[in-house]
Amino acid sequence: MKHTNPKALATASAAVLALSAPALAEPLFWSTQAQPIEETQAMREQVLAGFPGGVSFQASDGGPWLTRLEAELSSGSGTIAVLGALHGDLTPLAGDLVDLSGADIAGIPDGLLELGRLGTDEQKYAPWMQATFLMAANRQALDYLPEGADLDALTYDELIAWARTMAEETGQPRFGFPAGPQGLKHRFFQGYMLPSYTGSMVTEFRSDAAVAAWEAFRELWSHANPASVSYNFMQEPLISGDVWVAFDHTARLADAFNQMPDDFVAFPAPAGPEGRAFMPVIAGVAIPSTAPDMETSMELVNYMLQPETQIATLRATNFFPVVEVDLPDDMPASVRAFGPAIAAMTGAPDAMPSLLPVGLGTLGGQFNAIYADAFERIILGRQDIAAVLDDQAAALRAIMEEADAPCWAPDAPSEGACPVN
Amino acid sequence: MQRALPYLLLLPATLFLMVFFLYPFGLVVVESFTRGGEWTLANYERMVGHWRFSTAFWNTILLTAVVVPLQLIMALAMATMVSKIEAGRTTILYIFAIPLGISDLAAGLIWLAIFTQSGFLNSMLSFFGLIDRPIFFLGFDNLLMVFIAIALAEIWRATAIMMVIIVAGMGLIPKEYNEAAEVFGASRWQRFTKVTFPLLRPSLQTALILRVLMAFEVFAVVVALGGTSFPVLMGETFNWQFTLQDRGVAAAYAMVILGLSVAFTIVILRLLHVPKEARI
Amino acid sequence: MTVATPAADPLAAAAAPDVRRAGRWVLWTGIVLLVLWVLVPIYLLMVNALSSPAEVNAFPKRFWPSFDLSSLTFFFQFQGVLEALWNSVRVATLTMLISIGLGAPAGYALSRFEFPGKEAFRFLVIMTRAFPLPLLALPLAVLFIRTGLDDSILGLALVHAMLALPFAVLITFSLFSGIPVELEEAAWTLGCTRIQAFVKVVLPLAAPGIAASAIFAFVISWNEVFAAAVLTIQNRTLTAFLLQSLNVSPLPLKFAGGAALVLPALIFIFAVRKYLFAMWGIANR
Repeated sequence: MKHTNPKALATASAAVLALSAPALAEPLFWSTQAQPIEETQAMREQVLAGFPGGVSFQASDGGPWLTRLEAELSSGSGTIAVLGALHGDLTPLAGDLVDLSGADIAGIPDGLLELGRLGTDEQKYAPWMQATFLMAANRQALDYLPEGADLDALTYDELIAWARTMAEETGQPRFGFPAGPQGLKHRFFQGYMLPSYTGSMVTEFRSDAAVAAWEAFRELWSHANPASVSYNFMQEPLISGDVWVAFDHTARLADAFNQMPDDFVAFPAPAGPEGRAFMPVIAGVAIPSTAPDMETSMELVNYMLQPETQIATLRATNFFPVVEVDLPDDMPASVRAFGPAIAAMTGAPDAMPSLLPVGLGTLGGQFNAIYADAFERIILGRQDIAAVLDDQAAALRAIMEEADAPCWAPDAPSEGACPVN
Repeated sequence: MQRALPYLLLLPATLFLMVFFLYPFGLVVVESFTRGGEWTLANYERMVGHWRFSTAFWNTILLTAVVVPLQLIMALAMATMVSKIEAGRTTILYIFAIPLGISDLAAGLIWLAIFTQSGFLNSMLSFFGLIDRPIFFLGFDNLLMVFIAIALAEIWRATAIMMVIIVAGMGLIPKEYNEAAEVFGASRWQRFTKVTFPLLRPSLQTALILRVLMAFEVFAVVVALGGTSFPVLMGETFNWQFTLQDRGVAAAYAMVILGLSVAFTIVILRLLHVPKEARI
Repeated sequence: MTVATPAADPLAAAAAPDVRRAGRWVLWTGIVLLVLWVLVPIYLLMVNALSSPAEVNAFPKRFWPSFDLSSLTFFFQFQGVLEALWNSVRVATLTMLISIGLGAPAGYALSRFEFPGKEAFRFLVIMTRAFPLPLLALPLAVLFIRTGLDDSILGLALVHAMLALPFAVLITFSLFSGIPVELEEAAWTLGCTRIQAFVKVVLPLAAPGIAASAIFAFVISWNEVFAAAVLTIQNRTLTAFLLQSLNVSPLPLKFAGGAALVLPALIFIFAVRKYLFAMWGIANR
């Protein structure tokens, strides 16, 4: 086994290739979504089984996912037929994705399609499924709800009071927040808390209103379960009873509702002085320029956008369809609980949609880190709020200028890079 | 022929490492010193300038400094104890070696099940009536406890590897040496420090070097137990490579890990130097 | 110790049985404690793996399993688990062969010869272990795709062998260093060639240790996730298959997956324990 000489290596590898790697019969669907084992299983058996010829669905962590893709792109030949990933995973790849304007995207709303163009004039990805973040509460927690508070129209002040009452009366903090390493805490700050207090995600990052927002969060955090720093998926502490009230991504709350449908309620995110900000989550399907067979890839993309496939995907992943569908009555408990809560949130009189970042390219990860770092420094490191925000604002400004990205909602449209005041 | 022999023996391994290690390694080194196609130290400046760098650096060193000496003592104790028994020796050695087969991710999972809020430790404490309600062991405001949990998990997971190397080394020390020392009236402790320990130096060297290198790359256990509250170098490398997508800074972090490893390897080689004439 | 201590002093001889009994007691207490230290966490993992999802999330937890197999059965119904298991075994075996085949000669050379470049080689070997693999995975994957080694058992085994090689080299080096060169020299004077002397004298002494380092290689390959996830697509190993999704799976499945990964490794170590520890047979030479 000493194939160390490069020539011998090439010969040996050619032999191995011929023997062990027959041409791929099934197109490879390379996904960062549906990673949990149960979801992977459901994607294979319920969603993709109907595609003629079959699909090889492989879900993978972001690191290996990107490394594999970059390797295929830089060697110029690949096995990946279709990519499935979040908006943020796909933004850095804009230059290597095939235009999908020719796909069956007619049924998808314009706002979503616009996100999928990634700031170019080609359809870089086709919106595939969507989700959002919600609040979830154990029914036991409702006894401690502040007087006069309406679950569907909760404010941040009421949430804080609620968390305080629960901590004082039950003797332990019952509010939970996904601040773990894989938790989606940055989305809370970007799309929920800051816009609710400042009406802006970027421009007013270090305003007085932003300082007030962080002060409020510090207060909320003082009534939060300290184990929050290790929570990635709030469904786990909700099920175990360590946490009674939590904020998280719908797909990361679903298990609690499906396992114990009678124990939990879902409700909209709270509102701040400027409104009830919320953020949609979009996953897309895309075709890398190195896909081995463009025709099959395109067929697979179209297959993913069919209403039946979209409903099957909802069952498998708890991500909602991007096209108009009639949901059957036998949907899982989580879907039945989330539907009305999402409607209450998006239809609220003070609703303020905050979009995912547009046009940041490879800087998307660093953009998220600005918010996550602010959290770690202010809340965990107990540093001075204004000083941290000044510091992080400088970094944020540098990112916006490097990307030359104009503002997106809820910030007002800008000429050139989105300013940070 | 005699002079060429060592080189012939090393040739296959060297060629192998050149293709599969030195070539990709070279590319990463270049990456750490370039930004936008130009030679620069910007990646290193960015790394050092980031507020988490020094915490991650010192956390890694601290963890290594606490864990590795404890493991060395435990591994030596295990090996010595086993050498003293006859019955059940194979079984006990097998049990001691079990953690060898357990990946760091699985080890993190196991210890999380123990320390988590509704975990086994709290269950046990409440069973004995010591607590009324679960304690938060792994909260961000209790870094000492987080550190202890990580250290325990690391000691549990990676002592076996040192133990097996040391057991193998002890097996090679002729029994006559110890018996001779005993005849001359040496106490157990004297026999250990004057006979066993010096003869064990090559194995100790190997065990320590391998263990220290692994300690600098600690990651999965830390993430499982400490979340983001206990940053380490390897975690930051991952973070820059995949979350922040800045391969240059990630490469710079990798160079720091490499530099630390090389420095400590040199120290260990010096401390446990085995002069040619002193070998058995 | 089988050799009796010379009883020069009658007082000491009288005291010896007591001291010895006390020593025995301390020794066995220590051993029992260490055995518990190793086994209890694994037992707890098994309790979780063999409990129903509701029990895994409950508090306070029970300390014995209810033998609910729902989480574990889920794994074995998972499409492709058996192929993945077989792939893992093949990759790990190849890794073992490559790393020992390359490492043992190098370890022997390092222990028996003084030559220029020796230290440089040792450093090269150690460096491979000191550099984070996830960063090397990208250039390696590009190399593999270009040469056609991509998505093959051999390709992955080569990368795993790179990870295992430092263990193989350093462990065999310390082993050979511990075997007196005089033994070999004696064999030469008796008319053996260098190779014969190695095969007849050194190898039998070193074999158990070599087996031990082969086991390291196997286990390293068995537990490696990152390269496996990047370099194999159709031919996934069990780890790449399960471990990376463990991070994001619900708790009960995490524990079942943990158990599914730990068990084969335990069985493997158990199966080879004779070789791992047969070295005790030579300790009395």
